[in-house]
Amino acid sequence: MAAFNLGKFIKYLILIVLAIIFLMPIYVIIVTSLKPLDEVSLAQMWALPTSIDFSSYAEAFTNLAPNFMNSIYLVVPATLLSALLGAMNGYVLSKWKFKGADILFTFILFGMFIPYQSILIPLIQFLRTIDLYNTIPGLVLVHVVYGLPITTLMFRNFYANIPDTMIEAAKIDGANFLGIFRHIIIPLSITGFVVVAIWQFTNIWNEFLFAVTITTNDNQPIMVALQNLSGSQIVEWNVQMAGALMAALPTLLVYIFLGKYFVRGLLAGSVKG
Amino acid sequence: MAENIQTKHKKRFTKDQWTAVAFLIPSIILILVFVYGFIGWTGYVSLSNWNTLVPDFSFAGLKNYIYLFNDFRFQADLRNTLFFTILFIGLVIVMGMGLAILIDQKLKGESIFRNIFLFPMALSFIVTGVVWQWLLNPSTGFNQFLSVFGIEPKWYTDTNILAGFEWGSIEFGLPVAIIAVVIAAVWQMTGFSLAMYLAGLRGIPDELREAARMDGASEFQVYRKVVLPMLLPITMSVVIIMAHISLKIFDLIYAMTGSGANFVTDVPGVYMFETTFRGNYYANGAAIAIIMLLLVAVFIVPYLWNSRKGDN
Repeated sequence: MAAFNLGKFIKYLILIVLAIIFLMPIYVIIVTSLKPLDEVSLAQMWALPTSIDFSSYAEAFTNLAPNFMNSIYLVVPATLLSALLGAMNGYVLSKWKFKGADILFTFILFGMFIPYQSILIPLIQFLRTIDLYNTIPGLVLVHVVYGLPITTLMFRNFYANIPDTMIEAAKIDGANFLGIFRHIIIPLSITGFVVVAIWQFTNIWNEFLFAVTITTNDNQPIMVALQNLSGSQIVEWNVQMAGALMAALPTLLVYIFLGKYFVRGLLAGSVKG
Repeated sequence: MAENIQTKHKKRFTKDQWTAVAFLIPSIILILVFVYGFIGWTGYVSLSNWNTLVPDFSFAGLKNYIYLFNDFRFQADLRNTLFFTILFIGLVIVMGMGLAILIDQKLKGESIFRNIFLFPMALSFIVTGVVWQWLLNPSTGFNQFLSVFGIEPKWYTDTNILAGFEWGSIEFGLPVAIIAVVIAAVWQMTGFSLAMYLAGLRGIPDELREAARMDGASEFQVYRKVVLPMLLPITMSVVIIMAHISLKIFDLIYAMTGSGANFVTDVPGVYMFETTFRGNYYANGAAIAIIMLLLVAVFIVPYLWNSRKGDN
């Protein structure tokens, strides 16, 4: 009995120590962001602020607010459009399989693994030609297109759990392709839409490579602005930490309140169904 | 009558089938152009002389590739990528599996622990990079605790190459600075493998473990002989997903360390970005991109091929 308890104690000890280490960056972000600049020294990094000072948030806000809004304008339409297209594709590829559908799906899926560097040069040339370079709509287009593989995969896996007999029954009742989609599939896909939307929201919000190469200055999403903040001459760590928290907040809130769906997305995106 | 329904059903099926394909066509065209077409175009650029601001599509053969493989920076990139990938995947698997097994022991507060280890997954690599740059700053951060024990690692500013020997134009060995980047990346991605392994553990029926215990297996043997083999497919998936993330990594390193002195933390993703968009060496950048794509394809193509077969 004593040995059993010791084992349990050690398990807890390991978990607690690791949990503290995992949370340290958050502690440092919050503590540093609440300090005035003269208290932000290398030696006092771990110390609590002597008085709470929100001036770094004010400065981070003035610097980042326009880019924060850019990210909102980017993320909302891109998430909705890619989820809708993914639902359509997933429906066809799971419930209306034709000869070669699985091979086609694999070819679509490949697009989610490629390093985006390998399409970046033509992509920028193309966006310049159609006048969408350095615009938020341009970025929306990019995220919708390169989001197709993952959203298709997630919905295809999701729809695989809807029994084919339901579709067959509806067909015999005279429902057609679109009717089945609207009246049977969509009402059953609410969870699917939540999972996919959360996944796309998080990924597009956090994305950097497209954002930094396709947009400049005023049109840049938040992550690029955050990165630029650290590139400035004097690194004001308190402002930077406040900025980091501001940039991370939307996805953190989604994780805190809808974490269950976030994890489902994470698993759905990696395990083939 | 039965036959009648059958034929009627079949007829409508074909018509609906066409509608289904029609709905798929826009996506197929987009993928064909934006993925396959653009890859082809990048391949074409990589064989051209376009290394100035003005496009020049004259044929250069393999010139850009030969240049890269003789280039000090690119050789360093390949070395760094190799060591980053090995350390990163190894640690993510060990940490993820270890934590999953601990959390799966029906301890109190299991969901709190799970949430703590998973939350970095919701963050951007940029945020991670900015924060860890501050945490692993050699004169502050963790070193303030470590210096008590007389250890003061130089983290990402260390230019040493462990067990190095001359190879090509670089010193081949483990660049110490890359360890700092690995720590940040592992902090961010452990949650992924943890979630995968937890799902896997939940899928193993308790009876199997019980049976092994009844046969007199120790707790350690139960894990080694029963649980680990059953987690093998998950380990495969984690390796492949982590490998492709690691091979195309860009934002974390760009935000945290940049190329580093002597390119000790440089990777192909950063080189491609800087040479193409800061230096206008488009053909060189395209060649780097194609090499990155080929490296990723080595892992991804067999994986996709297998999962497609598993589908049927």
